[in-house]
Amino acid sequence: MGLNGVIRPGLIQMKVLDLDKTVKHYTDVLGLNEVCRTEDGRVCLKGYDEFDHHSLVLRQADEAGFDYAALKVDSDATLDCLEKKIEAFGYKVDHVLPESNQPGFGRRIGFRLCTGHRLELYADVKQASQHPEILNPNIWTTPPRGMRCQRFDHMLLYGPNILEAARFCVEVLGMFVPEVCNTPDGKRVATWITGSNKPHDLAFVEFDQPGKIHHLAFFLQDWHDVGNAADHMAVNHVKRDVGPTRHAITRGHTIYFWDPSGNRNEVYAGGYTAYPDNPQRVWDVEQLGRGLFYYEGELIPSFLSVFT
Amino acid sequence: MEKIYRVRVLETNKEFSCGEDTRVLEAMKRSGVGPVLHGCFGGGCGVCKMKVLSGDYEAVQKMSCVHISDLEEHVVLICCIVPRSDLVITARI
Repeated sequence: MGLNGVIRPGLIQMKVLDLDKTVKHYTDVLGLNEVCRTEDGRVCLKGYDEFDHHSLVLRQADEAGFDYAALKVDSDATLDCLEKKIEAFGYKVDHVLPESNQPGFGRRIGFRLCTGHRLELYADVKQASQHPEILNPNIWTTPPRGMRCQRFDHMLLYGPNILEAARFCVEVLGMFVPEVCNTPDGKRVATWITGSNKPHDLAFVEFDQPGKIHHLAFFLQDWHDVGNAADHMAVNHVKRDVGPTRHAITRGHTIYFWDPSGNRNEVYAGGYTAYPDNPQRVWDVEQLGRGLFYYEGELIPSFLSVFT
Repeated sequence: MEKIYRVRVLETNKEFSCGEDTRVLEAMKRSGVGPVLHGCFGGGCGVCKMKVLSGDYEAVQKMSCVHISDLEEHVVLICCIVPRSDLVITARI
């Protein structure tokens, strides 16, 4: 399988209540690097192991939550092709000019999913000034800080009609669905979607309110770094939701916790290798607690009912 | 020395102690009194929304406008307030 079409979620912009405290959380505790600030005061950040200009943007707002996310595609030609397919699917496409509101990013196309979330696609983005070495590369150039988050990994979104959202991701974006969760009468509760060998690039939970986010996740090297992340949460008094533990769904090792504005973060390591020809794994909703928290075997009350 | 206040939950008539520098939700969580869930502790998720019926308090953190409106007097997210006197609070808003 060649990795083409949609490559990965490369950008997410979040609304935050306290910009200074929240930037400090992502830089000092998670270990992301601040790249730049925009004229309107947003803060652009990236993981030390990311090549692209930035992957996370924080915007001061009167509420916490999701602004939009963008998926990187493999070429400008793919962007043109996908624009036609998105319109044919029935979503209206708009255009964002290069270097307009995301420093370093080329042209983007945007649309609103049935779940209420704005998604964008882009092919071109400038290389960051701080990026992993390319020639005879060391594992890092500056020792990673804090939790040692390497890169933005995935997001879990809450909204209505996730069956259609998943169908859009498969039929239009060419992604696939390694894992789902259903009610006994066959209604879809949750779906995990990827465009690569990662077990998920994004996931959806069926929910009546549109445009909500459950968490944004950052990738760690391994289980050892999950323990390191837990140490940093304790030292810095970060509010933890669940973990360290393991998912049976995706099989990743994980901790969920909160940023100072109330957006849920995850640090995530491991996970199985997803292939599009593998059978789709299916969870019954009564087993969802075990699927999400394999070691505990059950859900905690706050996990599914708390979101921004 | 930190001043300690009493916080009473109207619907259960149960009380818990809360220091002047402690968020009311944090003290409620430690006491196990309830009645609200604890969520993000950052003013974002809104699950700890309650009304302060009597007493003085101070908001030490911004609360999301999705959950808190200026039109609802003394309706707060208790993860964002500290007591300045004994309080009576309720989840019935």
